[in-house]
Amino acid sequence: MDEAHTVFTRLRRSISHPPVRPGTEHKRGWAGYENLVLHIHPKRVPLAALRFTLTWGLGGMCAVLFSLLAASGMLLLFVYEPFPDKAYQSILTLQNEIPFGQLVRNIHYVSANFLIFAAFLHMLRVFYTGAFHTVRQFNWVIGVCLFTGILLSNFTGYLLPWDQLSYWAVTISTGMTEYIPLAGGWIRATLQGSEGTGSHTLMIFFTLHTTVLPGSMVILMAWHFWRIRKAGGVVLPPDPSNNQRPTMVDTLPNLAVREGVVALVLVAVVMTISVAFNAPLGEMANPGLSPNPAKAPWYFMGFQELLLHLHPTFAVCIIPAALLLLCLGLPYRRYDTPSGGVWFFSAQGKKAGITAALTAGVVVPATVMLSEYAPGLSEWFPDLNPVVTEGILPTVTACVALAVFTRIIKRRFATTNNETTLALFTLAVVSFALLTLTGVWFRGEGMGLVQPFAH
Amino acid sequence: MTTQTTHTEGQQPTPPRRSFLKTVWAFLGLMAAGEFLWIASGFLRPGKKASEAAPSDMLIVAGKLEDFPMGSVTAFVRGRFYLSRLEDGGVLAISRKCTHLGCTVPWDDDEKKFICPCHASAFDRKGSVISPPAPRPLDIYPVTIENGVITVDTSRTIRRNVLDTSQIAYA
Repeated sequence: MDEAHTVFTRLRRSISHPPVRPGTEHKRGWAGYENLVLHIHPKRVPLAALRFTLTWGLGGMCAVLFSLLAASGMLLLFVYEPFPDKAYQSILTLQNEIPFGQLVRNIHYVSANFLIFAAFLHMLRVFYTGAFHTVRQFNWVIGVCLFTGILLSNFTGYLLPWDQLSYWAVTISTGMTEYIPLAGGWIRATLQGSEGTGSHTLMIFFTLHTTVLPGSMVILMAWHFWRIRKAGGVVLPPDPSNNQRPTMVDTLPNLAVREGVVALVLVAVVMTISVAFNAPLGEMANPGLSPNPAKAPWYFMGFQELLLHLHPTFAVCIIPAALLLLCLGLPYRRYDTPSGGVWFFSAQGKKAGITAALTAGVVVPATVMLSEYAPGLSEWFPDLNPVVTEGILPTVTACVALAVFTRIIKRRFATTNNETTLALFTLAVVSFALLTLTGVWFRGEGMGLVQPFAH
Repeated sequence: MTTQTTHTEGQQPTPPRRSFLKTVWAFLGLMAAGEFLWIASGFLRPGKKASEAAPSDMLIVAGKLEDFPMGSVTAFVRGRFYLSRLEDGGVLAISRKCTHLGCTVPWDDDEKKFICPCHASAFDRKGSVISPPAPRPLDIYPVTIENGVITVDTSRTIRRNVLDTSQIAYA
């Protein structure tokens, strides 16, 4: 008995020297320091960093969802077969014959869609609390790369069930890449592996989805977390008492328990939804029959909506590339007040942001309606090249409108360029969200405008 | 004092041999990275996979010329194309893939048009665009007519920006 006790003690100590739940307050700090999982946190964190409404726990939620996706994805890999003639059948087997197969697929599906939302909200949180200024600048760039990785993972996973929905969504989305100037044909061919969506496409998407993308994202995530520590933790609101040293508390248990609670609640929500609703599965993919309407996955619907109104080169290349570059360059602008921690920067910033959101809320639906029912510029000027009438002219008009909007914001609200940037960012985000909503709910047969939920 | 000395030492010009070797190593490193990139891009190059169909499978014997009446459009599911016999007797093998985003276009025999279900592009029986957003006519495949038998080579897709008579095969 005595011998057994010492063997177990020695084993446990070889894994983690102090116990994970140590007796005294003093030892707790060191326990976190010695523990591998808790090692991503410092020994002690500022008391102010614990407030839930500072971060809403969104970054942590993304990490939890990523783990859920990795775990459920590994299970799915035991059943799934990435070949056009077998893929759909393997999904049916998974759902009908494997115990908990449907549930595991639902968890994967729900977590994947939640992850897009959580990462998007996380990005908004970081932006609106100004957590992208000096020392956190590059972490914003890594974050944008991670968000792109999430979208690409979702997109590559979308094809795998090989049903009508996934097959045509991927055909359309890869078709969009062909409009990228110069490299478009090559990109489409590399993604699809051959003419049209086929067995090569499935193998390529499967490999990207299960190895290349998750592998790169794990590396980026490690980098992302490490940079948070290097920045001294999350961004904090300025201390009103002007103390030089903020009040610190031990990570274990204060932060660890809070993170655990958020993780458990999130897992419970994902599980509940997974039990209540099944992930969609249509008919098996039929390359000879395109459904009407054929839509891109919902997170690409904004681009598909742009594609209905603008010249393809502008809709899928120039405008998205410009937005991505602006987004990546956002922290590197010279700001009047390069510090964060206050939601919406100031009362003026809040007003400017609300104005921007309202402006987008009026202008975007109006433009969509106008472009749907009024004769387009190409009908007014049939002699001009469509690149001019459907590409350059609308883009120039939009740029002029943006310039006017910026001037008004500067006159009326902004005292610093932090507030102007906040308004422009809000305008872009709300516009894109509205375009996505239009694509998801208001587009029906032949991609014409319809009443939502009519059928 | 010691740090001061190292500091001034560091500011002395690097010996030419050392800087030369540095350049050589940097160059070799770039070469190695380039080689790996070359290997990866070659490996991933599309359209050269082992499971590609044999060339003979890509040659499709459509049938005898007289089996296709003038003005008819016949779908070939295996070859993924339509055989369009024009009013003047000419033959076109038209790809069923929409040039807008790659949906499959069905032939509407009442309206005598190809109408894409995805974004409502329409094409006439020669594959020319009647209504956008499709940017160019439907792709075609080379057609040969020998002894009244039509053969279509589906291994070679021909992109075209306008319709011209050289694309149409006559007996």
